[in-house]
Amino acid sequence: MNKKLGVYVCHCGTNISGTVNINELVEFARSQPDVKVARDYKFMCSDPGQALLQEDIKKEGLDGVVVASCSPLMHEPTFRKACEKANLNRYQFQMANIREHCSWVHTDKVAATAKAKALLSGALGKARYLAPLPSKKVPVNPATLVVGGGIAGIQTALDIADSGTKVYLVEREATIGGHMAKFDKTFPTLDCAACILTPKMVSVGQHDNIELMTWSEVEEVTGYVGNFKVKVRRKARYVDEEKCNGCGICQEKCPYKAPSEFDHALSKRKAIYMPFPQAVPKIPVIDKETCVYYKTGKCQACKKFCATDAIDFEQKDRIEEIEVGAIVLTTGFQVFDASKMTPYGYGRLPEVYSALEFERMNSASGPTGGEVRMKNGQKPKSVALVHCVGSRDRRFNEHCSRVCCMYSLKFAHLIKERTGAEVYNFYIDMRCFGKGYEQFYQRLLDEEVRFVRGRVASITDFALDENEKGKLVVRVEDTLLAETRRIPVDMVVLANGLEATADAPMVARTFNISTGKDGFFIEKHPKLAPVSTATDGVYIAGACQGPKDIPDTVAQGSAAAAQVLSVLARGEIEVEAATSEINEELCAGCRICNTLCPYTAITFDPVKETSRVNDALCKGCGTCAAACPSSAIHAKHFTDQQIYSEIQGVLYDARA
Amino acid sequence: MKYIYYPGCSAHAGGRAYDESTRAIAPLLDLTLQELEDWNCCGATAYMNVNEVLSFSLTARNLALAQKEKAPVCTPCSACYTNLAKTNSYLGKFPELKTKVDTALAEAGLKYDGSVTTKHLLDVMVKDVGLDKIKSQVKKPLTGMKVAPYYGCQMLRPISIDDNPENPSVLENLLKTLGATPTKFELRTWCCGGSLMGTNDEVALRLCRNLLLSATEGGAEVIAVTCPLCLTNLEAFQGRVNSMFGTKFNIPVLYFTQLMGMAFGLTDKQVALKRSIIPFRRKPQTAVET
Repeated sequence: MNKKLGVYVCHCGTNISGTVNINELVEFARSQPDVKVARDYKFMCSDPGQALLQEDIKKEGLDGVVVASCSPLMHEPTFRKACEKANLNRYQFQMANIREHCSWVHTDKVAATAKAKALLSGALGKARYLAPLPSKKVPVNPATLVVGGGIAGIQTALDIADSGTKVYLVEREATIGGHMAKFDKTFPTLDCAACILTPKMVSVGQHDNIELMTWSEVEEVTGYVGNFKVKVRRKARYVDEEKCNGCGICQEKCPYKAPSEFDHALSKRKAIYMPFPQAVPKIPVIDKETCVYYKTGKCQACKKFCATDAIDFEQKDRIEEIEVGAIVLTTGFQVFDASKMTPYGYGRLPEVYSALEFERMNSASGPTGGEVRMKNGQKPKSVALVHCVGSRDRRFNEHCSRVCCMYSLKFAHLIKERTGAEVYNFYIDMRCFGKGYEQFYQRLLDEEVRFVRGRVASITDFALDENEKGKLVVRVEDTLLAETRRIPVDMVVLANGLEATADAPMVARTFNISTGKDGFFIEKHPKLAPVSTATDGVYIAGACQGPKDIPDTVAQGSAAAAQVLSVLARGEIEVEAATSEINEELCAGCRICNTLCPYTAITFDPVKETSRVNDALCKGCGTCAAACPSSAIHAKHFTDQQIYSEIQGVLYDARA
Repeated sequence: MKYIYYPGCSAHAGGRAYDESTRAIAPLLDLTLQELEDWNCCGATAYMNVNEVLSFSLTARNLALAQKEKAPVCTPCSACYTNLAKTNSYLGKFPELKTKVDTALAEAGLKYDGSVTTKHLLDVMVKDVGLDKIKSQVKKPLTGMKVAPYYGCQMLRPISIDDNPENPSVLENLLKTLGATPTKFELRTWCCGGSLMGTNDEVALRLCRNLLLSATEGGAEVIAVTCPLCLTNLEAFQGRVNSMFGTKFNIPVLYFTQLMGMAFGLTDKQVALKRSIIPFRRKPQTAVET
């Protein structure tokens, strides 16, 4: 075993060199057996850095390269590619993570350098036994799955479908449109949300390349980039989607009502209903809880009047399996539940509204036909807009929700326009960062909307004097006046923050991606790979990645579409060569590995009575290799020998 | 159910009605309140701002004494409650403070290991004794009595009893169990002014005015309180509030334990009604309207 190894220590600017003594580390590398060259460089990932190791591979005839730098998640592909260009097989490259695992988490320079040595020594240990592995390519399935039919999903689906490839758009609700469908106007241009959204919804519904699956949820995802298998639960709608022509007579004739989810309980809908008149698809759904047929077996008014016999009370959930090459998650956000903030009285004081309730109130097709009215039917004479409800608050969500300042300004304008009321904004900071946003803020200042800088302490109906009688009193510290104030108003609108959906962690597990501390999905790189994830072939766009306004959401939707199309355009995709291999001579046919494999990549050959690995499905996780009682399974690139040598390397300074 | 009873200074002075009514109802609920032997002042609301270490040492002495008894401590006073709970929490969190307090305790031959749990009497009544047990003792329900439930601030902040500190409900639930009608009292968790009444009475009187306004607007005929200092400020200073703000408040203020005693059928003397400055007259029992 006489290897010729090259070691390259990266400074990463001062990210590593600030904490780890680079010279000492390089000297250490030189002293290690099999090391032919050891060098350091400011940025190994840069062009000259890569050239350094490529030259050495050629000149010195290296048969193994170790780079001590950042996480392999970050730059392993970069260096693998660099090696390959110099004709060294990518699996003969090994990385030591001395940034995330060392310099970033330590402050003691001496101890950090010692740890970097151990990490480097471990990588060298493994590199001594690395072997070249052949690369493999598999064809890419040209279909795409988009999960979530809000504006992000709509944009992504249309962009991909327009290129001529097939898209499955799965939406949990009965219609696509998401939150945006509930809005009246959009900031800062004040164009009507419905006018810009509904044409896109219709395009989705009519697109030849888009298969719309509403009232459906993704249950299971297996496979890998290029070849995903997805199980979709088509929830029972109790209406046959093929037969229904969307005439709406069922809705008209149904005698039972429940609070409308779409209007946030400010209006009622029937037991068989479309969430709103412009719903896509134009197919209703039966709410089993409200429908009397499921309680008494009687009524059936909808069925009697349906001209196409589309009502099917006995419909069951069914699972549909689809195959796709790429997946885009556009699952959006949920709004913060303001009733958690007891002092604001939401749910207790009738004239305290959530932002979405107020959106519906402003909508021309909403419960008040677009009139801003109090519960007693009168116009408010004064309205308070409370910013940062559940945002920038360590008790609930630390993050800024990005859109609330702007939608509160929009509300302020609409209230002024429609009621002439005095409007107060209670804000911590005004964050008007987007194109035209600052100008909109200035416009509102000119419209004489009041701005009070201070986080609202509480909202109460307790009146201290005649002025406050019958009003809601906003108690706030005005931090510009350095004074506590009591401001009586008729109506309060809370600017609920945006947060990750409650089931985001579950969705993340299903698609094998991660969520951050705030619950939102994590992108591959916050700046340079904003719509990719750590799982190849799975992309994210819109507010499921973090709070976002409509322009940013749409931009991400298109970005994700471009990413997907670049995968599909390749036609085939390289798959991991570090798979497991079963030695048939040793295999006893016990089949333990068959059930353990999380990717169902191992099958049993009944003739030979041995198990076999399907290379295309195997992800190289090594579970089978660890479990095999007769050591018949060999995990390529993670062999026992390689791992023992790596451990020995890490423990280089341990006493015998 | 046994507790080490820490009455606090007020209960032996201005708040005697609280102490007497508590002792009168405890046996009916199988509640043993064994008074902590040789207890001292908790430091109250003022001392914490004058000398923190001394103040913590005072409270720690009480806790060290209680530790020997191996039972939880129960106090009827919200200021005592907050100081006991705060001391427990701070001694656990700040080792430097603990060293100083330990030194002080050692001088008196005492040692405190942080193991004593402390509870407010209201918490003990509602959560430990339980509303079922209380209900079983109600002989003369307070039907029709409109009571403003006043929590004050110290038993909810910073360390709350077992309830939602921003929207508590245990006192309302207790009053309902006694047959009374808790009234809407928007400011029920707001401060009464505490010891500010002695140092900046203008502020304290304004706070009391707000509370009295909120309580009477809800239609209450009596305010139920859970702390001797709250009672003093709300009852004894009503006259000064009236002369300062031109109001005409004249609403009796009682401890919740006095109301419990009444519902249990105890005499006016047993629940120390005569100690009130603003007299509370029980309405003759009327038949429940159908």
